Amino acid sequence: MPVPETPATAVGYRRLVLGLLLAPALLWLFALIILPHLDLALLSFRERVAPREYVASLAHYRTFFGEPLYWHVFVRTAMLSALATALTLLVAFPIAWTIAKLARGRMSALLFVVCLIPFWVSETVRTLGWMILLRESGVLPALLVHLGLTAQPVELLYHDATILVGLVYTSLLFMVVPLVGSLESLDNSLIEAAYDLGGKGWSILRAIVIPHAAPGITAGCIVVFMLTLGNYLTPTLLGGKNSQWFTEQIYTQFITRFNWEQGAAFGFLLLALSTAMVWLGLKISGQRFSDVMRRA
Amino acid sequence: MVATPDLEVRALAKRFATHLAVDDLSFSVARGSFFSILGPSGCGKTTLLRMIAGFIQPDHGDIAIGGRSMARVAPNRRPVNMVFQQLALFPMMSVAQNVAFGLARRGVGRAERMRRAEAMLERVGLGGAGGKRTDELSGGQRQRVAIARSMILEPTLLLLDEPLGALDLKLREHMKIELKQLQSAFGTTFVYITHDQSEALVLSDHVGVMNRGRFEQLGTPQELYYAPATPFVAGFVGDNNRLVGKALAVDGTLVELATRGGWVVRARRKGAITAGMAVEAFIRPEATLLGRTSADLPAGQIAHAGEVISLLFDGANSAVLLRELQSHVEFRIALPQTGAYADLQAGARICFSFDPQRAICFPAPDARA
Repeated sequence: MPVPETPATAVGYRRLVLGLLLAPALLWLFALIILPHLDLALLSFRERVAPREYVASLAHYRTFFGEPLYWHVFVRTAMLSALATALTLLVAFPIAWTIAKLARGRMSALLFVVCLIPFWVSETVRTLGWMILLRESGVLPALLVHLGLTAQPVELLYHDATILVGLVYTSLLFMVVPLVGSLESLDNSLIEAAYDLGGKGWSILRAIVIPHAAPGITAGCIVVFMLTLGNYLTPTLLGGKNSQWFTEQIYTQFITRFNWEQGAAFGFLLLALSTAMVWLGLKISGQRFSDVMRRA
Repeated sequence: MVATPDLEVRALAKRFATHLAVDDLSFSVARGSFFSILGPSGCGKTTLLRMIAGFIQPDHGDIAIGGRSMARVAPNRRPVNMVFQQLALFPMMSVAQNVAFGLARRGVGRAERMRRAEAMLERVGLGGAGGKRTDELSGGQRQRVAIARSMILEPTLLLLDEPLGALDLKLREHMKIELKQLQSAFGTTFVYITHDQSEALVLSDHVGVMNRGRFEQLGTPQELYYAPATPFVAGFVGDNNRLVGKALAVDGTLVELATRGGWVVRARRKGAITAGMAVEAFIRPEATLLGRTSADLPAGQIAHAGEVISLLFDGANSAVLLRELQSHVEFRIALPQTGAYADLQAGARICFSFDPQRAICFPAPDARA
């Protein structure tokens, strides 16, 4: 389509309006994200040699690699986050399928609201709710005793499984939304055609549905993985001392040990990890970042 | 001995809530023939096709394909394949992968199925296009891929759900011919549904004209066109002039009727008609002759007079639309191919007549019910 020529003044005016509209977002991005990160980057690369005396050094990064505990927690956080993401995908897919393909009209909207309802309550309250259910004197252990499944109330908190349950629960909506979007755009006649040509449930899912929904799946996984990796509250409350989540290490450095330099280095390592995992995920699924983000 | 029909439908019925989509339908389709189901949207033809494919369970009746009952046989196990309205090619696969999809589901090895897919593409004139993406193909090519994808499974029956509907007119005309050629080349039985009477007439060996869940008439295209069984068929298949009126007199096979405006015409009787009954008569535009004066018309035919409303020029399909002088009923007459009367102006007076044997008169549907 030919674009009509616009006078230079009109172009200038349009740029001004665009700039003004974007100003709050850009300001927010600069003041709250770029500026603190620049400062943290500087912090992470200096070492205190004497009171108020600093030199540039890689000491904090060396500490991370030299200390097995940090390493261990770092890898564990990454693995559990990946596991939580995979579990969230497994749980969210049938829900998204129901919303996008099986439910109609109001039912579909209602199911969406059901997924949204937990988010009306603050994350702290939600997580404390889990604690009420799972602690040794809580609802679920009492139920197990009542049913005769366990002789004594068992402590269901402070296990890795508990952390995973909490993380999946918290992340579910962020997986369901992009999945519903990508499944809704799948033409039903494609599924029927595949069925007509002899396909069965699993082969259709693998050959038709998953390739079509791949951008949505990748988008959901990226968002959930990032949220999980950076989550502090859920692992801390549900995992207790055993949680060993990397965000806790960062918190400890900043708040307990008052070692901002070390905390900043940990923060950047977490950022690098999350970037690397996203990059890896895109490579494995063969998706382009821009396509995926459009779905998210 | 008569060969087993490839498709036999017996007393098939399907109801959606209060709407009877398919109403006690029975018919059979001979092996190797091209069968069309023609009807307006909402007549139940899609429901019928989807029941044959197995996507919808009928309430009553049975469908037998190749002599075998299909009750409780899932769509993916029926010897039937379907070409979907929007073709439903898999965009995530190459053309060859699309064609080989069905073979893969049957467990044919990769090398073998790619070889057969390529051979099938060759057969539909798409040799070498196997590596392309489906969105790189033209509308006509996509249709051929959709047919190849189904035909590679050698179905007893190929169902086609208005596959030409999405194409533009020029391509549609072209694809009509191509479909017919493909069908005769494969020799497979095609069941084709459409709302376009021209597609049904050009393509089919037999056509079932469907209305409100029933077949109004089942016959060859010629039978439908020249001997419609019901007013609906007469009005739906081909262009027709419809005159509504009352029978004045019945003389053997001929009915004399008067329209509401008092225009008296004669037409061949179809069905039981007695004087005084409400009737509907149909006269084809090309069954009518034009004359500048009544002297130009064949002797023995009643001469009618009309005033030209407009000339509808469309090459070989040109027609003149006129208003009968007495009743002001609109009437369409095909222009002769000679180019005579091509100079007619709006407002001109003209005479016309038709052979009453080529006009057909039915009892009005309300009177029949």
